[in-house]
Amino acid sequence: MSLFETFNSIAFVVIMMLGLYTLIARQNLVKKTLGLGLFQTGIFLMYITLGVRDDGVAPILQEGAPLTYTNPLPHVLILTAIVVSLSTMAVALALIIGVREEYGTIEADEIATIDRADAEEGA
Amino acid sequence: MSESVVLRTIGGMLFPYILVYGLYVQMHGEIGPGGGFQAGVLVAAAFILHSLLFGKELTDRLLPTWLVDLSMSLGVLLYIGVGIVGLVKGSYFLDYSVLDPTHPAHAEALGMTLVEAGVGLTVASVILTMVRKVNGEPA
Amino acid sequence: MSDPVLLINVLLLLLAIGAALAAMWTRDLLGAVMLMGIYSLLLAIEWANLFAMDVSYTEAAVGAGASTILLLTALTRTGTREKAGPNFHPTALLTVLVTGAVLIYGTSDLPRFGDPLAPATVHVAPEYITQTVGKVGATEATENDFGDHVPNAVTAVLASYRGYDTMFETAVIFTAGVCVIIILRPLAGSARRRTAGSKEDA
Repeated sequence: MSLFETFNSIAFVVIMMLGLYTLIARQNLVKKTLGLGLFQTGIFLMYITLGVRDDGVAPILQEGAPLTYTNPLPHVLILTAIVVSLSTMAVALALIIGVREEYGTIEADEIATIDRADAEEGA
Repeated sequence: MSESVVLRTIGGMLFPYILVYGLYVQMHGEIGPGGGFQAGVLVAAAFILHSLLFGKELTDRLLPTWLVDLSMSLGVLLYIGVGIVGLVKGSYFLDYSVLDPTHPAHAEALGMTLVEAGVGLTVASVILTMVRKVNGEPA
Repeated sequence: MSDPVLLINVLLLLLAIGAALAAMWTRDLLGAVMLMGIYSLLLAIEWANLFAMDVSYTEAAVGAGASTILLLTALTRTGTREKAGPNFHPTALLTVLVTGAVLIYGTSDLPRFGDPLAPATVHVAPEYITQTVGKVGATEATENDFGDHVPNAVTAVLASYRGYDTMFETAVIFTAGVCVIIILRPLAGSARRRTAGSKEDA
């Protein structure tokens, strides 16, 4: 098994971990959303890679010579997942805009500080 | 709204072609790459381009907000409706073959076209609504 | 799998990982969004290279187009600069290294790239490709489920074999649209409390 053939399985882990690192290390909520999106695309890469088949062509059936096709099932799953990821990102962005209007900042640690100050004020 | 003459002219020329291309992708989904999800995004992109170039008011006159809100739910209802036709005609939910009992294979293709139209309608109007709302336009 | 596909695959993925690294590194959110657009476009080419045409199409339209527009629009209301801070985060690095190591260990059990005997390739895919799952539409033994009307296997699986899946995905998209409308509806009074308060403090 050459490095070329295992490259995709390493690449999707690297992409996912880049997203995860951003999700934990960065405080900015928009940046966290971008990290989440990156994490998702890592999973897309894994699925599409699993659908690949030696000498397979795009799964659009053709008359005549018997051809081998790549597996259409991962394509379907990822196709819908991409559009759903856009929708979930839109909801996240709407929430972030709400947070910005409520707190005046979109940095998670500053929001926590404001919340703590409020709790002490209330106590 | 853009003041640039170049952008407005080219964008105005491109707008109908993007719409037609979106329709092509929608209708061609069974034969080549494409389908409701891609077509919906293309149509939404056409209207977003229009509102960027000519302002919200003009796009609103072209495609009123109530129509977008309506087609958002109409798409899902079309999908579920096609499924319920299968139930009413005495078969399974989402069984398209009952749409044309004399030629079940044709009916399957017809059902898939209708379902894809529902998906396209929902995706286009939802993406348009999302961009409008995030941009801060009132309901 | 022929060599050019693998070579282009590695090149594109390296470029994409580079774009992703730059997008995650920069503190300029506007730049990060544009880099994510480039990343999506590279991935769209990568999907086409792996013969996932419909996914490539969607990624180009959604990932590089619609989500970039959406993020840019959102940035006009949230500000485009990220607060400066340490780039090195020990807890995050530890989590990522451990999770990554476990995942890479797990991937050693995956079938090889393009394996014709992989479970994913031999289980349901052949029926999906020949379209002979046995829907009611197949009346004669020679005819497939859709009577050769739907050559695009992806659409066939999407709209017919996995119709429930797509229906609920559409419902999810619809719900997300309704959520955005509800979250961003103009609120009277109380919602602007903190912003008003912080202005008074200043």
